[in-house]
This record gives sequence, structure tokens and C-alpha cells, in this order.
Amino acid sequence: MKRIVVSGLIGALFGLGIAISGMANPAKVLNFFDVAGQWDPSLLLVMGGALATTAFGYRLVFASRSRPLLDARFHLPSNRQIDGRLIGGAALFGIGWGLSGFCPGAAIPAIGFGGVPVLVFIGAMMAGIALARSLDGLSRKQLKAF
Amino acid sequence: METSFTPVMSFAGGVLIGLAAVLLMAVNGRIAGMTGILAGIIPPLSSDWAWRLAFLAGAAVAPVVMIAAGGVIDYAVPVSLPVLAIGGLIVGIGVYFGAGCTSGHGVCGIARLSPRSIAATLTFMLTAGLTVYAVRHLAGGAA
Repeated sequence: MKRIVVSGLIGALFGLGIAISGMANPAKVLNFFDVAGQWDPSLLLVMGGALATTAFGYRLVFASRSRPLLDARFHLPSNRQIDGRLIGGAALFGIGWGLSGFCPGAAIPAIGFGGVPVLVFIGAMMAGIALARSLDGLSRKQLKAF
Repeated sequence: METSFTPVMSFAGGVLIGLAAVLLMAVNGRIAGMTGILAGIIPPLSSDWAWRLAFLAGAAVAPVVMIAAGGVIDYAVPVSLPVLAIGGLIVGIGVYFGAGCTSGHGVCGIARLSPRSIAATLTFMLTAGLTVYAVRHLAGGAA
């Protein structure tokens, strides 16, 4: 129970940060990528502020604790391989981000004030994740059959 | 549609996002990646779906509280609904295979100096930029 309440509060902090930063505003995000047009460099500062805080904070956490407060261990990705799956997926994500102006972390905080557009985006995105997961499961089963 | 440069608010928002990422690691030992958190609440549910749903609910509710308290959030979507649907679908497929998005790779991964996250972030920033260029300057759909 403690874990659920704390996760909700941390989520609130995340959502507040996204809302204040301008990340949840597709017009601003698309202008950030429009270097050849109405360029708005604000998102550089979002990334800068988030990265500096996280890099410093992670160091502090990993240096001072051997395990998190409410879990047995730190769950860190162990895959080190840069492959076609990673790059292809990232390339696709960028295309979708450039088309819509929404990324997953910016869309969720916009649910309550973003009206129909953000709901359409989130519905399609969830369908995309579900579709990719079932395709992935299918291809793994076929691989196993060989 | 023009938007104004907001260095102070954007930096402050970024610091809050970073604080949330650090706290989630310190408390739950988890990467604050929206892709991973979301994937766990799409059926079949992951066994630890409850904290994920709580995080998502907190993220969705906080801006509404901020607006109710008199805060202002600039928001405009210069994109049609069909394009949002297509974009959303592509984002979903992309973040699944790319194993992360702006928050997981771009913030948490780069902060850990993960080579995978650095490669993924460079890739999606590049294709997002090329897509916006193509839509606005080649196809002439300037929004």
C-alpha cells in the first residue's frame, strides 16, 4: 500500500514537470523539431534540466544505497546490445512523434486537459504497443518451432 | 503556429521530471520510462501493475489540480485526428521494439550513460526532426 501511494505521488511530480515544461503541448514540441521554421528551443532546457537532475540524483542513490527503499533490488536493463530492433523501433517512434507531437510520457499528463486529440493518440498508442507485443510473441513462437 | 521560448519554465519542469525519475529509482528501484510503465498495464497485466497504475494516475491528475488551482498550461494540437491516430499507432509499435521513449531512453538511460539509450535517443530525435521537416517543408502542410 505504501508503495502504491508513493508511486502515485512520484507520478504527480512527473506529470507536473511535464505540464510546466511545455512537453505536453504538441505545438511546442513540433516547433522544437522545426529547426528550419518556427524553431522553439525550449525543449533543450527540459532535457537539460531533467538529465542533469537525474544523472546527479542516480549517482547519489547508487552510491548511498545497495537497494531501493521499497523493493529488494534496483531493476536496471541488462541488455547491452545495439541492434536493428532497437534502432528500427526508435526510428519508428521518432516518425510517430514527429507526426503527432506527442510522446508517451507527455501524453499521459495531458489526459485531463487535452480533450479528444490526446485520447485518440493514447488509444492508438496502446493499440500499437498491444499489436507489437502480439506480433513479437507470434514471431518468437515461430522461431521456437524451427 | 508560433510558440514562445520559455527557458525558465521548461528548465524548472525538466528538473521536476528528473526529481521524479530519481525518486522512483530510490523508492521502487525502477526506471521512470513511460513506455515500460504503460506496457505493464496493457493486458496481459504485469504482476506489479498496481504501482504502475498509481504512477499513471498521479501523472494524469496533477496537471488538472494545477489548473484548478489557477495554473495555466499552454496546449494546442496543430494535427488532425487521423494523423494523431496514425502517429499514435506508429509510436506504440516503435516504443515497444525500441524498448523505451523520451523518458526511459532520453532521460533515465542517458543519465546512466547507457549506450543503447544514447543510440536510441539520437535515432528518434533524428527521425522526428526529419518527419517534421518533411511534413512542414516538403509536403507543405505547415501547421
